[in-house]
Amino acid sequence: MSKDMAKLIHKYLRHDKKFPHVWCPGCGNGIILGALIRAIDRLGLEKDEIVLASGIGCSGRMPVYVDFNTLHTTHGRALTFATGIKLANPSLTVITIMGDGDATAIGGNHFIHAARRNLNLTSIIINNQIYGMTGGQHSPTTPYGCFTATSSYGHIEHAFSIAELAVTAGAPFVARCTVYHAKMLDELIEKAVRKRGFSVVEVISNCHVQFGRRNEMGDPVTMMKWFRDHAVTVENSSKMTSESMEDKFTIGILTDVEKPIYTQEYDKIRRKAKM
Amino acid sequence: MISNLSQNRLLLQGNEALVEGALAAGCRFFAGYPITPASEIGEILSVRLPQIDGTFIQMEDEIAGMGAVIGASLAGVKSMTATSGPGFSLMQENIGFACVSEVPCVVVNVMRGGASTGLPTHPAQGDVMQARWGTHGDHPIIVLAVSTVLDCFEITVRAFNLSEKYRVPVIVLSDEMVAHTRETVTLPSLDEIEVIDRISPSVPPDWYVPYKDNSRGVPPMAAFGQGYRYHVTGLVHNTHGFPTQRPDEIKAFTNRLFRKITQGFHEIQMTRSFMVEDAELTVIAYGSVARSARRAVIEAREQGIKAGLLQLITLFPFPRHTVESVLRQSRAVLVPEMNMGQISREVKRVNQGISHVEKYNRIDGRLITPDEICLSLRKL
Repeated sequence: MSKDMAKLIHKYLRHDKKFPHVWCPGCGNGIILGALIRAIDRLGLEKDEIVLASGIGCSGRMPVYVDFNTLHTTHGRALTFATGIKLANPSLTVITIMGDGDATAIGGNHFIHAARRNLNLTSIIINNQIYGMTGGQHSPTTPYGCFTATSSYGHIEHAFSIAELAVTAGAPFVARCTVYHAKMLDELIEKAVRKRGFSVVEVISNCHVQFGRRNEMGDPVTMMKWFRDHAVTVENSSKMTSESMEDKFTIGILTDVEKPIYTQEYDKIRRKAKM
Repeated sequence: MISNLSQNRLLLQGNEALVEGALAAGCRFFAGYPITPASEIGEILSVRLPQIDGTFIQMEDEIAGMGAVIGASLAGVKSMTATSGPGFSLMQENIGFACVSEVPCVVVNVMRGGASTGLPTHPAQGDVMQARWGTHGDHPIIVLAVSTVLDCFEITVRAFNLSEKYRVPVIVLSDEMVAHTRETVTLPSLDEIEVIDRISPSVPPDWYVPYKDNSRGVPPMAAFGQGYRYHVTGLVHNTHGFPTQRPDEIKAFTNRLFRKITQGFHEIQMTRSFMVEDAELTVIAYGSVARSARRAVIEAREQGIKAGLLQLITLFPFPRHTVESVLRQSRAVLVPEMNMGQISREVKRVNQGISHVEKYNRIDGRLITPDEICLSLRKL
């Protein structure tokens, strides 16, 4: 273990209270937690001013391990709690961590409205294309034809693309990455937290236990290789033909635009209300 | 801005008075979703809250409204939402979260008729048991009922106070009749009102054990951002707030949640007695029906019937000791309700053969009249 990593673990993790963690060996969640910690360290934020809120599922367990103000909400609802926290104390840096089912099935309504509303929140969505904790049932991002505990004959529904959904719903900053591209992930999370407005980072992650094993990718390395071979940076994708992009997905910053922030707009309302 | 209405004679609607009560109690955050007959509460707060540096937000549904209310309270701001039956059903999930993570908040349910979409918009009292048991699992909760426009002010203040003091969600049950009735009231001035705030930790952050038991069973609560970094979860947790599977910690946690309410029975369980001292026949009523019952008692007395009224302000925890003493002195007790008989079951549970309990129910979207109660009393 490098000295720097040991320093970050001691500074940011509840290392003496809550470990070992609940995640399976080789789970991508650890990489994402690491990237989040490195990004926060680079941002130089005080631990007291950070709130990490999650929903339910494997991703939902992340806040308990970090030494921030941490909140483990109900399934799909992390953004609603985060909305209340941010409005009550806009000086807090509020980050939500959700899974694909959490954010886009049960919490889908909250997700699109949070993107539309544009509070200054960061939403990290771990997309492992499956409900991992409950035993591998299909989620809104399970690809067509894949096998899961509730699609044993092959999945007949079509997947959401979370990042594109966020762009369409109006989020001013949307990025996508994979757990294979760990260094890029640090940078994207850092930029997302820095962004003034609702920012989304979709992270394609591996659940080799529940998704991979049913779909001929039963170990983390195979899944990592798949991410490596199918992810194309936004820059490179523009040089590729649509045929060669057919089985690929883009990573990097998908959108980064300026939009009025809810809390700033609400301050204007307060001034009008007092006139 | 808050006090401009107090000490004047005002013609107010129940929902308007409820807003004044919430603001007087220190409510500075509202999140909700429009629904009749509760919409006026959100509408008025959307105007009033920004005037006093508070926040109103209309969310995408009632689930989100309840989530935002809990979030704001965790960040240290007194918060509430208001809804009616269908929205109240959607809120149950996060109400359970507030119970388990002990986040103070006030939820107003302006009851309307019927199950499902039901009977918009006529009054009913059909959500009494839902208010107590609507969210899953064993949990403590406080349920108060308002019967007049002045109640809407005063009981809402109490709802916030109890919520802050006991770190528990408090449900205020109103109904369409109370909410939309306009009457002249004189609101108390702000210095006459007792306002209770949650207790903040007095120890340094390193010593803070967020869910540690104490003599009251209510741990001090730190706001996010106050320097006390701790974990809040809907999972059953130990005194440090971390999830636990240990039987001893699970038991201690659940027992404390109930004990904190039991220890406060003396002030939580509120009732009003009217001509009960020498009553042979007692009406037990709450909400708008209590108003009819009061009139009925006066009329019955004029007809020579020794009638009295025990009005329940607190429905849960059920004020069983007061009800029991009324049962002991009464030849019979009448429980009129605008439902199929929800509180009458509680009264019968306490009764255990002490007296005779008769129910009177109306479920056609119309208020029970004093005449009907009077007639029922004569038959007892």
